[in-house]
Amino acid sequence: MSEVLLEFEGLAKSFGGVRALDGLDMRVKRGEILGLIGPNGSGKTTSFNVVTGIYTPTSGRVRFDGRDITGLGARKVYEAGIARTFQRSRLCLDLSIFDNVMIGNHARVNNGLWFNLMNRRGLRREVEDGYARARELVAGFSADLADRMFAPVGALPMIERRRIEICRALVSAPKLLLLDEPSAGMTHDETAQLMDDILAVRDRMGDLSIVIIEHEMGVIERLTDHCVVLSYGRKISEGSYAAIAADPEVQTAYLGVD
Amino acid sequence: MKDDVMKTPIPVSLPPLATGLIAVAACAIFGWLFLLAESEVAVLGLVLLAVLAGWGAQKTGLSATLGTAMHQHSGAMNGAIVASLLAVIALLGTEHFPLLMLSTMLLYLVAALGLNVQFGLTGMVNFAGAAFFGIGAYTSAVLTTHTAVPPLLILLAGGLIAALIGALLIVPVVRTAGHYSAVVTIAFGVLFKTFLEVNEVLGGPQGLMVGSMNVFGWDFNNGPVLMGHEMSFYVNYALLSSGLAILAFALTRRLERSWLGLALDSVRLDETASACFGINVVRAKVLAFTYGNILAGIAGALYGMMISFIAPNSFTFSDSLLMVSIVLLGGLGSLWGSALAAVIVVLVPEKLQILQEYRFLLFSVLVIAMLLFRPQGLLPRGVRSYFPGGRAQR
Repeated sequence: MSEVLLEFEGLAKSFGGVRALDGLDMRVKRGEILGLIGPNGSGKTTSFNVVTGIYTPTSGRVRFDGRDITGLGARKVYEAGIARTFQRSRLCLDLSIFDNVMIGNHARVNNGLWFNLMNRRGLRREVEDGYARARELVAGFSADLADRMFAPVGALPMIERRRIEICRALVSAPKLLLLDEPSAGMTHDETAQLMDDILAVRDRMGDLSIVIIEHEMGVIERLTDHCVVLSYGRKISEGSYAAIAADPEVQTAYLGVD
Repeated sequence: MKDDVMKTPIPVSLPPLATGLIAVAACAIFGWLFLLAESEVAVLGLVLLAVLAGWGAQKTGLSATLGTAMHQHSGAMNGAIVASLLAVIALLGTEHFPLLMLSTMLLYLVAALGLNVQFGLTGMVNFAGAAFFGIGAYTSAVLTTHTAVPPLLILLAGGLIAALIGALLIVPVVRTAGHYSAVVTIAFGVLFKTFLEVNEVLGGPQGLMVGSMNVFGWDFNNGPVLMGHEMSFYVNYALLSSGLAILAFALTRRLERSWLGLALDSVRLDETASACFGINVVRAKVLAFTYGNILAGIAGALYGMMISFIAPNSFTFSDSLLMVSIVLLGGLGSLWGSALAAVIVVLVPEKLQILQEYRFLLFSVLVIAMLLFRPQGLLPRGVRSYFPGGRAQR
């Protein structure tokens, strides 16, 4: 088993004349937390959308777990073991916590028409198994939430929603978790709590790799093992947080040139 | 199940099940009186009574108690509802017209349940409900007059043909999003009626005769005899329509409370996120669209046999709008909501002839008011509970 889990090779994506990704090379090792940073519009979210199959890359390759997954649809990528959260929360607000978490487990339940309509006993067993699983996962973040599995998500504050979103991504036991700005819309204290949550998740799921997009440098400093800095769709620097923070090219990209 | 508040103005401390059963009985008596009411004044009075009762039930917390009863004692409550439906049919006995209305309402409910899966769960508005209903009716007209296929199978054939013709629309409906797929179905509905009008084989604008229902030698043209009294032959159709409605309701309920129902909800709320979590969006849409069309087709096939004569004018765009308004009034995704709204949309204008001419105006106003002031519908859908009373339960 190779040490590299995810690899981009000259990944490019253009929208008309705009090159959102311009030949990006990047590697994510097994079990590491990688921070993906860069100014607005540097291609961070686009790279997530390309990996998860929402966009097809213009050129270049994506390899995951020894397999070429370039251009695979979103569903296939998910089944391969990549789950994500979204920058703007995309939970189903009318549905319960349980329903939202189980959406993430969809690929692992029986979706047959006959099974769902006629096999009452089988469905009941799956629902109860799913409930135990979802509850345990949610309880890992908040015992209070785990007692309210049938409350609609729309009534919860932002940090709880983020936690549900992460549970939804984790319920299928993925190999790679992509977090798109988990601190967006949260207070300083909430962000700190969420960081603890993420570190706890990593401790519980030993070989899970995480790629995190974040603007809060405090988060990046505390969480990541390795950082990649993007600017205009290219990688301009990589290394530990201390190394990239000291890189003059990174400072120029963020602050502009005098 | 809301008019008993008149008799129990204070939320008495009865257990939920007892309250629920009394409410069901009160509803049955109300329905029976309503269907038999002759004068406009009596009908108007009953409508006002129902509105007041519904309002009172909300205010006194009675509707919440009823919700608890439905949730905790679903078996007993559902049994009571079926029993009171049968009792109303038996009590109507010889009354042709009320029985016809009741059956029509039940068949519209079957179609509306199908549309609710398409619209309420999956978010695909189908403005051709009456066309698929009509496909079922025309299928039964052709098959009863030209073949010896057993009529019970013809019902299935009606659903099947509706699904097959619906399959022609699947590519444009699934590939277009939101309003555009609605436009596709509007075009189809209009096209369907025009096609029937110019098609001589299918009777043109004059329409076709439809043979009657016959289940293993039980001829639906003869009224059944109960304790020496011959009842209206519509009792047969009312019973079969009830059976069909109960079956459709139970099946749709199971669909909603399964992983498939969850997938449909997820597709409605966020297609992109659904795909990112491994949900097959195309399959979900095809499933919902086909399911809805099958229900509409089966209901239409029985409707054709019941009224024994069909014409393109019975399946117009306005009828499709009525079906959509049932779904909207009752509440998106709410099955009991559809049942209540079917009563309002189908029965009230039949009983109030003054309204008949203005019913489209009235329902448009009602739907707009609903969307503005109570977008969740008359009986809003609750949070999904997969197995009420089970361990994995709130």
